[in-house]
Amino acid sequence: MNIHEYQAKEILSEYGVKIAEGGIAYSVEEAVQRAREIEGDVWVVKAQIHSGARGKAGGIKVCKTHAEVQAAAEELLGKVLVTHQSGSAGKLCSRVYIEAGTKIEKEIYLSFLIDRGTERVIMVGSAQGGMEIEALAQTDPDAIIKIYIEPAVGLQDFQARKMAFALGLDSSLLNHAVKTIKGCYRALRDLDANILEINPLVVTANNEIIALDAKMAFDENALFRRHKIAELRDNSQVDSREVAAAEVGLSYVGLDGDIGCMINGAGLAMATMDMIKLAGGEPANFLDVGGGASAERTEKAFRLVLADKNVKAMLVNIFAGINRCDWIAEGVVHAVRNIGMQVPLVVRLSGTNVEEGRKIIADSGMKIITADTLAEAAEKVVAARNQVVAQEG
Amino acid sequence: MTILINEKTRIIVQGFTGKIGTFHAQEMIEYGSNVVGGVTPGKGGQKHLGLPVFNTVKEAVRQVGAEASIVFVPPAFAADSIMEAADAGIRYCVAITDGIPTQDMMTVKNFLRRFPKEERMMLTGPNCAGTISPERAMLGIMPGHIYVRGNVGVVGRSGTLGYEAADQMRLLGIGISTSVGIGGDPIIGSSHRDVLEKLEQDPETKVALMIGEIGGPMEVDAGIFFKENMTKPLVAYIAGLTAPEGRRMGHAGAIIATAGESAAEKVAILKDLGVIISPTPSLMGQTVAEVLAKM
Repeated sequence: MNIHEYQAKEILSEYGVKIAEGGIAYSVEEAVQRAREIEGDVWVVKAQIHSGARGKAGGIKVCKTHAEVQAAAEELLGKVLVTHQSGSAGKLCSRVYIEAGTKIEKEIYLSFLIDRGTERVIMVGSAQGGMEIEALAQTDPDAIIKIYIEPAVGLQDFQARKMAFALGLDSSLLNHAVKTIKGCYRALRDLDANILEINPLVVTANNEIIALDAKMAFDENALFRRHKIAELRDNSQVDSREVAAAEVGLSYVGLDGDIGCMINGAGLAMATMDMIKLAGGEPANFLDVGGGASAERTEKAFRLVLADKNVKAMLVNIFAGINRCDWIAEGVVHAVRNIGMQVPLVVRLSGTNVEEGRKIIADSGMKIITADTLAEAAEKVVAARNQVVAQEG
Repeated sequence: MTILINEKTRIIVQGFTGKIGTFHAQEMIEYGSNVVGGVTPGKGGQKHLGLPVFNTVKEAVRQVGAEASIVFVPPAFAADSIMEAADAGIRYCVAITDGIPTQDMMTVKNFLRRFPKEERMMLTGPNCAGTISPERAMLGIMPGHIYVRGNVGVVGRSGTLGYEAADQMRLLGIGISTSVGIGGDPIIGSSHRDVLEKLEQDPETKVALMIGEIGGPMEVDAGIFFKENMTKPLVAYIAGLTAPEGRRMGHAGAIIATAGESAAEKVAILKDLGVIISPTPSLMGQTVAEVLAKM
């Protein structure tokens, strides 16, 4: 789960990381009020959306007067920002963060994440802050410093010092740097974050270290014990279809194709999408209905898939283990009857009670195309889709 | 004797008296697995499904000689249960539980590493379908009837895609020695490589099938192990050719990958290492059949 920059900064400041003075605003009036409360003569108005690369997309405005703050807030609030990380649909900006301008001497990069390979937290730093770390990894991998942290003992001071020196920080900043680095690590561990990224972390003209941006992402599986973090969820930043899916316990990812999919198990779902692609089609979504696909759940999954108006044909592929094909078949027939499908449906059932399941589909009298194998299912759904397109065209 | 479990392996169920634990314990017993009891803290001394319930794993090891365990404990408490099994001297543990926090699994793995290798419990999962040695024992939640006994060792992350592979092979008359689900979580007990190591040692296994996915370095590590250490052929399928980039893995995650994490990149690397690739998920069984025919 992602949170906003200002929320991550509030968390980090509780862990001893310095941030610039700032405040959140949901309206233009609030934005100007925040600027009045913050001393100085430069303010930065920052769009709060769950995406990086906001600067290039026009989401960050440096202002020298309150009138400029007002104009910036007017422009950003209610605007959909498309960054190269946000996806083509973009993200709606419904709050802006007003921050005191900072005189920057040096920009560095610092992040912490859980590394799957070593099963440890890894601390990543670079003296070339502000740049996208992926780009840097391509052009100058030696400029990236990585330090692995032993889980049982945690981040040690010597490791924090090693990072600080490698980042080229002045000795006068050493204590402050160690405090900042250790604070970040503790925030990640204490709050079950998967990723904490500060890009850039800056040295100011006053010789202070400040987190100028902050990104944190949290482990969904740990939110049951992180109630305060769970409250920071902002569903306006997530694909509405994914939100609707999550509410009924389904795993959904919207894609750009036109063949709707309902499959049980993430691996089988990916494999089925591969088959659709190899058969010449493009999947409209990834949807894992999971183990206990009851009739009610099946109907919800159908509604979710068909809510995407791009869908021209739908494929159901279920390999029943704990589930039973007859239950699934009843759920499918029930869903088709209740929803009134406008597009062709291909169903492939396999596994426990497959014969009973196929009989229920055959006896239903519904226009359901059946398939026995994965390959056959993919070919039939692509053919059905092509027929729909030909008729439309 | 099969590599991880056989019909004699004494199995206990952790989270025995819960609804899910009860259901799958019955299924395992019906399949022929030697379930000797279960653990539910606070319910020690009771009988459940006609078998003894223990308060601790240690008691189950002492009193009924438990060697293997299967964990159905809810996510918030599952890591603790896995560590309890390791501490009690269980040799092999399958964690079925889905939804364990990643940092809990980091703790579990660190705890396991403290044991000398020869005394260390083997863990597969969490978030997996378990392990089956067809016609001998099932330590999992899979539909046992689609697995036929034979010479192909299978390792994969996904449950249902593993069923798909087993079913394709069954229809071609090909059997399985042992099939291991390693689970879909970011941090898991055993990797593809760990299981390939076991399959290489297993006299029943002639061919190995690895079912991989996008993300993480595990399939490539397994390929390197294959090239350097394995005498048996390895067939692989990598799911996720159409998966969009960056939807699950966060931003900074990509930079520490030493090798490609997309399906296409993994396939290219594995091919170079001499792994035989099943080009589509519907050809897993067929590809294995062709390899077997040449032996």
